[in-house]
Amino acid sequence: MKSETKINYSWQCRRGMLELDLLLNNFVNKDVDNLTSQQTEYFDLLLSYPDQTLLDLLLGNSVASDPLIATIVQKIRSTPFD
Amino acid sequence: MSSIERKPIERRQFDTLIIGAGGGGLRASLQLAEADLSVAVVSKVFPTRSHTVAAQGGMNAALANVLDDNWHWHMFDTVKGGDYLGDQDAIEYMCRAAPKAVYELEHFGVPFSRLDNGKIYQRAFGGQSQNFGGAQAARTCAAADRTGHAILHSLYQQNIRAKTHFFDEYFAVDLLKDDSGHVLGAVVFNIQDGQIVVIEAKTTLLATGGAGQLFKTTTNALINTGDGMGMAMRAGIPLQDMEFFQFHPTGIAGRGMLITEGARGEGGYLVNGDGERLMERYAPKAKDLASRDVVSRAIYIEVKEGRGCGPKKDHVLLKLDHLGEEVIQKRLPGIRQTCITFLGIDPAESPIPVYPTAHYTMGGIPTNRFGQVVIPVKDTPEEPVQGLYAAGECACVSVHGGNRLGGNSLLDILVFGRAAAKHIIDYLKENKYHKALDEEIINRVVDKVKRFDQQGETSSTGAETVVDLRNELKQAMEDHCGVFRDKDILKQGVEKVEQLIKRMKNVKIEDQSFTFNTAKVEAFELDNLMAVALATIHSAHAREESRGAHSRVDFPERDDKSWMRHSLYSFENGLDYKPVRTKPISVESFPPKPRVY
Ligand SMILES: Cc1cc2nc3c(=O)[nH]c(=O)nc-3n(C[C@H](O)[C@H](O)[C@H](O)COP(=O)(O)OP(=O)(O)OC[C@H]3O[C@@H](n4cnc5c(N)ncnc54)[C@H](O)[C@@H]3O)c2cc1C
Repeated sequence: MKSETKINYSWQCRRGMLELDLLLNNFVNKDVDNLTSQQTEYFDLLLSYPDQTLLDLLLGNSVASDPLIATIVQKIRSTPFD
Repeated sequence: MSSIERKPIERRQFDTLIIGAGGGGLRASLQLAEADLSVAVVSKVFPTRSHTVAAQGGMNAALANVLDDNWHWHMFDTVKGGDYLGDQDAIEYMCRAAPKAVYELEHFGVPFSRLDNGKIYQRAFGGQSQNFGGAQAARTCAAADRTGHAILHSLYQQNIRAKTHFFDEYFAVDLLKDDSGHVLGAVVFNIQDGQIVVIEAKTTLLATGGAGQLFKTTTNALINTGDGMGMAMRAGIPLQDMEFFQFHPTGIAGRGMLITEGARGEGGYLVNGDGERLMERYAPKAKDLASRDVVSRAIYIEVKEGRGCGPKKDHVLLKLDHLGEEVIQKRLPGIRQTCITFLGIDPAESPIPVYPTAHYTMGGIPTNRFGQVVIPVKDTPEEPVQGLYAAGECACVSVHGGNRLGGNSLLDILVFGRAAAKHIIDYLKENKYHKALDEEIINRVVDKVKRFDQQGETSSTGAETVVDLRNELKQAMEDHCGVFRDKDILKQGVEKVEQLIKRMKNVKIEDQSFTFNTAKVEAFELDNLMAVALATIHSAHAREESRGAHSRVDFPERDDKSWMRHSLYSFENGLDYKPVRTKPISVESFPPKPRVY
């Protein structure tokens, strides 16, 4: 059974691009429960970004100026795929 | 999770209900809201997360900013690219309307990339020619590599300004249709809390996008589950030309993600395991910019005949490194980072492993060029369904015929989103009032919305899970309805899909709560995919020729005498056919010719 957190995130991680679906769902399934409460707030904030901005950050085309967002981005990028 | 009672059903009324907030839906809603009609747009994801956001390459219009061009050449390329299955009246309409569609987007704030002289930059895409099949044309307008994003965001902003009413994160389940065949709206539910809303509308437009999730390897996001097509089928409307599914030649091998045609447009090329530029053999003139089906098939053959790359020889390579880091970074930054993130490969240094991936649904809900959904009634092949419209990738107006050209889809959604809205505005002048909607019709559809409600832990028969069935369906479609097809493979596929549909009846959903119950949403989506799969594989099995994206090993030639016609598949009547509209609006028709590049 999925945790509450994962259920709440599962729809927010349905995006317009396959790349985002893959990166975000991989992270939510494996790592999201390990976030601190402050990091969770920033993950929520990150999910509210437009898809293209999110894609740029998660693919490393741009770097978040807010270090807390940058940390989350790094966590997502470094979650290995199966 | 405890299951709670649903809240009482809510009822709302609008002049027009639009299901889908991608480019097609939002272009239509804007037109309608600006005409002071009350418009509801329902979208299962937040509008700017619609799949249109993923379109990177651009949008075609014969602006002639880079090379000489005109709409008639664009029309020729589209007819030929579609392997003569496209309806030429709709194609003429679209190509003529293209420049205006671009100017409109500019007014809405889309920042198109520019040439040094200030005009809109246009890049070369596959299948574009000057002079009816002559030299390469440059017809694709782009806003860097984020054209879809720019279009979607501009349209969304314009809609907010025009006061379109949005139902964000609501899932549409089924259409309301009365006994005389009028469509009177739809029943939807709020994904956040399960609230059911009956939306009554004088006109309904389906703009729910494509169905790439039918296949295991796809470029499409998870949301592309063919919901509108499933809804149409359950309302007794056939789907048209579903056997024509475009496989994009350059997906990242094994993953599916798209490497845009732009990469080849900028000078990238494919090599096989022998280091040979393979497209020189398959398309001596157009080479790597030949039409998508031609390139996909070439890659398939190379791999099948043992000339693939990698330890398993299961892909070919797309070379970009000769373009130099600067060009790659400037023109194709997205691709570069995608490769680095998902493959750990920098295309400025090493080639990218690629293989065909399911990309675009050419078929869909049959419409005429005014966006009206049309079905065969007695001897008339195209009788409008009163009150129902469709536009965008879920529709088959048929401008793409058997194969879509890159850059023609964004154009399609904008041109026909607008055309549908124009027709709706006229229709509403004649049809001012809501038709009476029987409780019985509502109850029938609401029951469908509740069809996965009772099958939780308590159900003894429920043994199937959505995840397993979905994986099996996607694998079956990939194995039996992919780039290359023959009778036996397809027949086995038909049987598999029919079995899966039977098993779908026993699906079990453990989570019966109403808050963000994505399990339930996924069950509805899978139900839609099943319907679309059935139409696709039956149509593919029956079509004994090779045309466009539909390629039969056992029938390698195009057969215009028997098969220059559109397939229709419905639950009620199985397969049926109707003629292609070969007569354009104002010019001579383009008669079928062998399609060589
Ligand atoms: C990776 C990629 C790149 C592409 N690049 C290009 C390109 O460069 N040029 C080009 O011309 N074309 C391109 N295409 C194709 C093009 O992007 C699509 O065909 C087009 O955007 C489809 O637009 P649409 O409005 O029909 O649907 P979409 O944008 O897919 O929108 C569908 C909408 O329907 C809603 N919806 C669906 N089902 C339901 C439901 N049950 N209830 C409520 N709402 C629902 C969704 O929420 C969404 O809002 C590309 C496609 C892909 C996959």
